[in-house]
Amino acid sequence: METYKLTLKQTLEKLKKGEVSPSELTKNYIDRIKSVEPDVDALNETEFDEAIKKAKQMDKKVEKGEGGILAGVPYILKDNMCTKGLKTTCSSKILNNFVPPYNATVVDKLEFQGAILLAKANMDEFAMGSSTENSAFKKTNNPFDLKRVPGGSSGGSAASVAAGEAAFALGSDTGGSIRQPAAYCGVIGLKPTYGVVSRYGLVAFASSLDQIGPLTKTVEDSAIVLSAIAGHDKKDSTSIEMKTHNYTEGLDKEIKGIRIGVPKEYFKEGLSADVKASIDNAIKTYESLGAVVEETTLPTFDYALSAYYIISSAEATSNLSRYDGVKYGYRADEFSDIVDLYKQTRTEGFGKEVKRRIMLGNYVLSSGYYDAYYLKAQKVRTLIKQDFDNIFEKYDLILSPTTPAVAFKAGEKEDPMAMYMTDIYTVPINIAGLPAISIPCGMSSENMPIGMQLIGKPLSEKTILNAGHIYEQARGSFPLAKL
Amino acid sequence: MKYETVVGLEVHVELSTNTKIFCSCANEFGGEPNTHACPICTGMPGVLPVLNENVVEYAAKAGLALNCEIANFSKMDRKGYYYPDLPKAYQISQFDLPICNNGYVTIYTNGVEKKIRILRIHIEEDAGKLLHEGTLGSKVDYNRCGVPLIEIVTEPDLRSADEAKDFLDTIKSTMEYIDVSDCKMQEGSLRCDVNVSVRPKGSDKLGTRCEMKNVNSFSSAYKSIVYEAKRQIELIEDGEQVIQQTRRWDDEKGKTFAMRGKEEAHDYRYFPDPDLVPVVLTDDQIIGYRNSLPELPKDKKTRYINELELSDYDAGVLTSSKYIADYFEQGLKAYDNPKNLANWVMGDLLRILKDEGILPEDMQSDPALMIEALKLVDDGVVNVTVGKNVFEESFKTNKSPSTIVEEKGLKQISDTGELEKMIKEIVAANPKPVADYKAGNKKALTFFVGQMMKATKGKANPKIVNELVIKEIDG
Repeated sequence: METYKLTLKQTLEKLKKGEVSPSELTKNYIDRIKSVEPDVDALNETEFDEAIKKAKQMDKKVEKGEGGILAGVPYILKDNMCTKGLKTTCSSKILNNFVPPYNATVVDKLEFQGAILLAKANMDEFAMGSSTENSAFKKTNNPFDLKRVPGGSSGGSAASVAAGEAAFALGSDTGGSIRQPAAYCGVIGLKPTYGVVSRYGLVAFASSLDQIGPLTKTVEDSAIVLSAIAGHDKKDSTSIEMKTHNYTEGLDKEIKGIRIGVPKEYFKEGLSADVKASIDNAIKTYESLGAVVEETTLPTFDYALSAYYIISSAEATSNLSRYDGVKYGYRADEFSDIVDLYKQTRTEGFGKEVKRRIMLGNYVLSSGYYDAYYLKAQKVRTLIKQDFDNIFEKYDLILSPTTPAVAFKAGEKEDPMAMYMTDIYTVPINIAGLPAISIPCGMSSENMPIGMQLIGKPLSEKTILNAGHIYEQARGSFPLAKL
Repeated sequence: MKYETVVGLEVHVELSTNTKIFCSCANEFGGEPNTHACPICTGMPGVLPVLNENVVEYAAKAGLALNCEIANFSKMDRKGYYYPDLPKAYQISQFDLPICNNGYVTIYTNGVEKKIRILRIHIEEDAGKLLHEGTLGSKVDYNRCGVPLIEIVTEPDLRSADEAKDFLDTIKSTMEYIDVSDCKMQEGSLRCDVNVSVRPKGSDKLGTRCEMKNVNSFSSAYKSIVYEAKRQIELIEDGEQVIQQTRRWDDEKGKTFAMRGKEEAHDYRYFPDPDLVPVVLTDDQIIGYRNSLPELPKDKKTRYINELELSDYDAGVLTSSKYIADYFEQGLKAYDNPKNLANWVMGDLLRILKDEGILPEDMQSDPALMIEALKLVDDGVVNVTVGKNVFEESFKTNKSPSTIVEEKGLKQISDTGELEKMIKEIVAANPKPVADYKAGNKKALTFFVGQMMKATKGKANPKIVNELVIKEIDG
């Protein structure tokens, strides 16, 4: 049975019916990983023995219909979420030997629901990047075209799902790091409202923007995984006090009369013709489903990327200051004194892009520059939130392309600004803390997937998932990567 | 030229909450290195801080006790600097919106009352400790990481080392009263940075200041101010300039040494901590904290003067330490002569503590022992001198005063027959003092009382002896 082709929903049904056991399923995925990983290179550390052991424990539970909503389902985790006893590297040399003595809250929650961890996925170092090329360890290839990047920073997670290496994966999204690779790899990527999923144990890049979310084959799968990982966590002060939800409820609800705004700023220069054509198609589909789609405006759109790089770099420079070679992780072999220990360790341990952001962050927080950069960026942040609030007074959802173009070729974007521009459609959402999903909506002339982004009000995950699911049904099945 | 010393203080007080400020580790002094530490207080990747509510409550209470305004909205910020005892390489503190603002402390120095303004009080976390092992390098103990602190920052209102010392004593006593810190200096729960400048007397312009670090006791604070003011005056007198800098106080050498100048000052790159939400206190919460405050030293002193009819001085001494006041008040429950009890507490208890090198907060003795000794005196079982000696022994051995009196046979001799016999002998053997007394020198009487005490090893009832001597001589 080619279980790797199944959606999460189908997998759960097969497990329930006893047509496949957790052990078989896990072995199938391990075989699949072994067969495609040489091409895709999506994974850092694997945990196959432990996974097989856990799967055996799950066999009996699943037989009895116990074990949680993800009982017996193998998954892959971005390598910036802490796993007790298993290396968590953030694809950085500086954490190359770091084994956490604790689990991230999402890991505990998935374990509680019976999911089985297979491996940690490659990523841009400390989640800084849009192609996974900033990994200190390896380049991950796009399953649809191995010469192209999978996007980033959750490139390993997105590629692993597209390549059928697991039933689902978790990524993290600071400025588009789930949605952009999802769009590039033809899978679903959901970034929940800031505070819906606990950040405890997620190695911080930019704390006020980071959010964990699922990468899956379908919208329904995304809803299942979100149901498992969402919820208040007293270990995370920024997590929202809320009841747990079953996000799969109401997915099939009709969307007739739903009001969708399409900000005109997303269609200015830089948008590729293929992407525009696919979005136009998606809009037509929504109209045919009874949705009211209208042009709207997000006047502060042009300032979002600048504000994002100031805020995220400021937070990153502080979050990454703990990697000093004193307590854990990499330490330079040779140093003359404590200051030299810091310098050598950080010079050798961090990659180029991470250093660039650290310098940028230090600059914008320096006394004398704080007001002109950090404070101003925070003001812009407030304005961007207000822009979204205004739109949501009139509309239930915002629809946009996820990225200006499809996945680019490895090594193609050497200029950091060109790389940063690939996130231009996704960063405003993080700045406003909103939920958004990327759903495949077409193929380009080069046969690469194109993603559409649906953005909702805070805590409107159900609306997004409902609208996404209904669209997906109308769109029909999406081609799998041929590997 | 005459100079005036201007001092501002930054006092760090460790709060005595059960757990640390951002994690559930025990907030305890000591312990084997790194045994009160967890992934959160050691800043491991991915962990998040959660602010301990009790820290907010304690800080607000401290602010209220020091007459501050409590902010309805304050926030936590990150203060960035690299040091091995600071595992995140930033300290979580409060920068521009602290929890308490604009307070004051009233001090009495050499009988003069003065208000010292408090600019602000903010919440922050303590760092760990470095254990230097010479050429072998250094080790880090993270036990103290995340111990909650408040930093009390004064305006430059202090004008001498004496005032600074009185201010610190008042802070310590107030923190003890409201029970937010154990204020143990030797364990570092109260530390301060001292800012000193000098200026010509009469000038209203502040001179260039120097900040002194590593001031770990009140006596060091005193000495460092005296030293630093003298150093700055000498510089000015020599036609040189005081340079704004941070200086390290060396307690052994009794000197300050330059650490860094203004140009090398750290840029801490403060910014709001995105892992924490703002600290919001409603007016009701603040009123609740205010109502839960115990009687503060100033109010207690007034009560002692008005209700117990103690002198201003006595009331001041008794209330200077919560532990002494507690002792006194517990004693009062079983003894209704406040003045007498006050005399014993001030005269005897404080002397014994000083002689024995015991700090009031470390005192274990039950006030019941003093009351028992006092009652033995009041009931005429022993005289005052013996009573006080018995108390001292009781304090040291924890034996009950009655047992001591019993065991040592210290009961007063009030049997007039026995005493008369002894007096007869002494009077007969000392004709000269008898003559003196008869000649009108009443003081000569004390000679006989003294002799009787000697003969009875202090056990004679002095009142009875006095009467009997007069009777014997006058016939």
